[in-house]
Amino acid sequence: MSDQERTLKFHILRYNPQIEGDTPTMKTYEIKEAPGMTIFIALNEIRETYDTSIQFDFICRAGICGSCAMIINGQPDLACRTLTSKFPEGEIKLLPLPGFELIGDLSVNTGKFMRQMSERVESWIHDKYAENVDLCKLEERMDPDTADEIYELERCVECGCCVSACATKRMREGFLGAVGFMRLARYALDPRDKRSDEEFYEIMGDDDGVFGCMTLLGCQDYCPKDLPHQTQIAYLRRRMAMIN
Amino acid sequence: MKVIYTDSLVIGGGLAGLRIAIASRQRGYDTIVLSLMPAKRSHSAAAQGGMQASLGASIKGEGDNEEVHFEDTVKGSDWGCDQDVARMFVNTAPKAIRQLTAWGVPWSRVRKGDRQVVINGKKVTITEKGEAHGLITSRDFGGTKKWRTCFTSDGTGHTMLYAMDNKAIELGIPVHERKEAIALIHEDGVCYGAVVRDLVTGELLAYVAKATTIATGGYGRLYAVSTNAVISEGIGTAIALETGVATLGNMEAVQFHPTAIVPVGILTTEGCRGDGGLLLDKEGYRFMPDYEPDKKELASRDVVSRRMTEHMRKGKGVPSRYGDHLWLDITLLGKEHINKNLREVKEICEYFLGIDPVKEYIPVRPTQHYSMGGVRTKPTGESPNLKGLFSAGEAACWDMHGFNRLGGNSVAETVVAGMIVGEYVADHCAATTLNINTKLIEKFVRREENKIMNLLNRDTGENPFELRKEMQDIMMDKVGIFRNGDDLAKAVEELKVLNQRAKNIALRNRIASSNPELVEAIRVPKMIRLAQCVAYGAMLRTESRGAHAREDFPERNDRDWLKRTLTAWPSEDADLPEVAYEELDIMKMEMPPGSRGYGVDNTVHHPDTEKRVARIEEIKTANPDADRFEMQELLNPIEIPEKFKGKNERTGRGFK
Repeated sequence: MSDQERTLKFHILRYNPQIEGDTPTMKTYEIKEAPGMTIFIALNEIRETYDTSIQFDFICRAGICGSCAMIINGQPDLACRTLTSKFPEGEIKLLPLPGFELIGDLSVNTGKFMRQMSERVESWIHDKYAENVDLCKLEERMDPDTADEIYELERCVECGCCVSACATKRMREGFLGAVGFMRLARYALDPRDKRSDEEFYEIMGDDDGVFGCMTLLGCQDYCPKDLPHQTQIAYLRRRMAMIN
Repeated sequence: MKVIYTDSLVIGGGLAGLRIAIASRQRGYDTIVLSLMPAKRSHSAAAQGGMQASLGASIKGEGDNEEVHFEDTVKGSDWGCDQDVARMFVNTAPKAIRQLTAWGVPWSRVRKGDRQVVINGKKVTITEKGEAHGLITSRDFGGTKKWRTCFTSDGTGHTMLYAMDNKAIELGIPVHERKEAIALIHEDGVCYGAVVRDLVTGELLAYVAKATTIATGGYGRLYAVSTNAVISEGIGTAIALETGVATLGNMEAVQFHPTAIVPVGILTTEGCRGDGGLLLDKEGYRFMPDYEPDKKELASRDVVSRRMTEHMRKGKGVPSRYGDHLWLDITLLGKEHINKNLREVKEICEYFLGIDPVKEYIPVRPTQHYSMGGVRTKPTGESPNLKGLFSAGEAACWDMHGFNRLGGNSVAETVVAGMIVGEYVADHCAATTLNINTKLIEKFVRREENKIMNLLNRDTGENPFELRKEMQDIMMDKVGIFRNGDDLAKAVEELKVLNQRAKNIALRNRIASSNPELVEAIRVPKMIRLAQCVAYGAMLRTESRGAHAREDFPERNDRDWLKRTLTAWPSEDADLPEVAYEELDIMKMEMPPGSRGYGVDNTVHHPDTEKRVARIEEIKTANPDADRFEMQELLNPIEIPEKFKGKNERTGRGFK
């Protein structure tokens, strides 16, 4: 944290599809940097001081909810936990996350995408007996290591950074992407999910699935939660290849 | 005018709201969830530390059961809670956690054999039993007799919310995202749904339903610094208040969490102290044992927050450009433990403070954290004043927390209330036919349309962002951890002025579609009214109870104040809410008022307390063979949905 007060220049893509005839333009805003300033703090200050129409999404502002992913000086990341002090030149360029429907300015519709992803991979425990579990009785035991391993894969916050960083997704509209593979890997690991490998193959055993990945691994590089995308994609691919 | 019909409308897509939607759907009713954002981004996800349920599988949880959880919860509430509701809650919590297990939460599990833990600043080895291996484990939290807080590493809320939303997706429950309910539709004491604004297109829609549930979380953002997500603005609670019919309960009961980082107010979980972390002052001295020799850092939240403030007032705080703070030391827990069980904390420290908590102390200060108050409901979750209006979770005053919530009881409440209230919502859907005149719908939609048109057409007026800031500063300075009559009276007067000014908001960006300034302009007047309920209720309550601490009335006064504050806003033009009180009947309490065991007990007792204690003794003497279930039935018979009535099994003791 530096005590030196700098002037920061924010270059922000402005475009509101709700306004007929609006065209995308870059606009620049200057604000004084404060100690410990994050892009969350800066954007709110810009909105309250200079331009009340600017759109962006923050919810938890603590790096937990995944709402605020955007392209920050060329790289996808969570804006809420990005300190402005990280940029020595004091110039910060913000663009909305590509690969998602634009709502306006820096706000994109990750919700719609993630819901479709969840439906596509059937992101839930498949066990026809689960609804009849007697809630009074001891829960089914789980190996403590297995529980920890599942949690490791469930730490995804659906921020969309992996999708925006994925070259395959850019070329192939229907590509499932790392967020979907991670979800599948999580359920494939979970002994409570009774799906067979053949059933998982139905979901991801094609070019829009795990075989389509070009292994450029932008997902691995840009995941804010450092999830093991590389390992899991390789693992799923091997597991799926062994089926036939 | 677009009208959308459903059976069960749920406003809010966090844990409580989703669970109610699931209950509705599972009982065969049509349901729609409205959410400001994708449901998985709800504030429920931020609960790091855990969920209380008396499973008692871990060795340090041995002997735990519903009774012990009940006692902790009632004591924690400073006897301000509804004991019937606390009972429903503790009896159902083990079932809730087991259901979530079946739905996919990867709870951390007991590992048999020795493990090292930190207790009271010292490393201790505990031995987990072989028979408990693989069951859900638990950690220590403040204000609890047993280690009862079940967790998933430190991402408990995240895993619970993901499991819940995934279940909702499996059931095909629609979540209408980026939709904000801005008014309830009601007539003659019946609620018929809500007027809803699409945050992208700006369109106003009417959602009409047999049952409408408010599950929009707390109102932490009435304060300038809060651990809460930026959407925790209490708007759901406010639209209930604006009906003029529904009442809010105990709005002055606001919790401050001891350990939020300075200055941004992001929470570091109570698990830090539960797992052995210490609080230190500017000299590196561990001060909590001096104030609370018994529970030390693990006293109830309200107590620790006050002790920290007291200690800083003695000049023992660490000075910084953002004011004084204290240190949270988790270095003694070791790298491995922090990396695994406190990883979110580590990330927060790295990203927001640029420090490594494995080696360095964390700067912390008590910060607004939880809203015990909310939409007043009956134990069924329904408003006593407005039929068809339900509420659950932090948005509600169901009232299991009274004047102070225990750590780990919030996510637990969301899912337990979701289960129980969800059944009553479904019962309501079964028993009701929707009978509404479209004129009524139109009246409410037009009213909101007019308000928005006025905002967009006004040329000059107040800036909504400034009004919000002024309100937040008033709340911080005058309605905080320690309160006094003078400051509260000033706060009430100043908020009145803000309430007037809020009627004259003008916008710089005058478009009706996607417009953050318009969103702000719609919300701020609602928030100011909630702030008035908090401040006014706090001013009138001349005692100290739980998180409501009056310097001019330091004693808990059961004789005059063992009652719940109810606020209503019957007239649109009124300057202040109307306040009434609901007595808590000691003669029906399973656990009559006593001492919480912190500091000096200066309670002014109620004459009924002694009578009730004697009565309970009589009942016990007359029924020497009653087991704990029969005894509860004698002391505190409660209604609970049939499907959740069974006894809970525990390892080593079966269903006993």
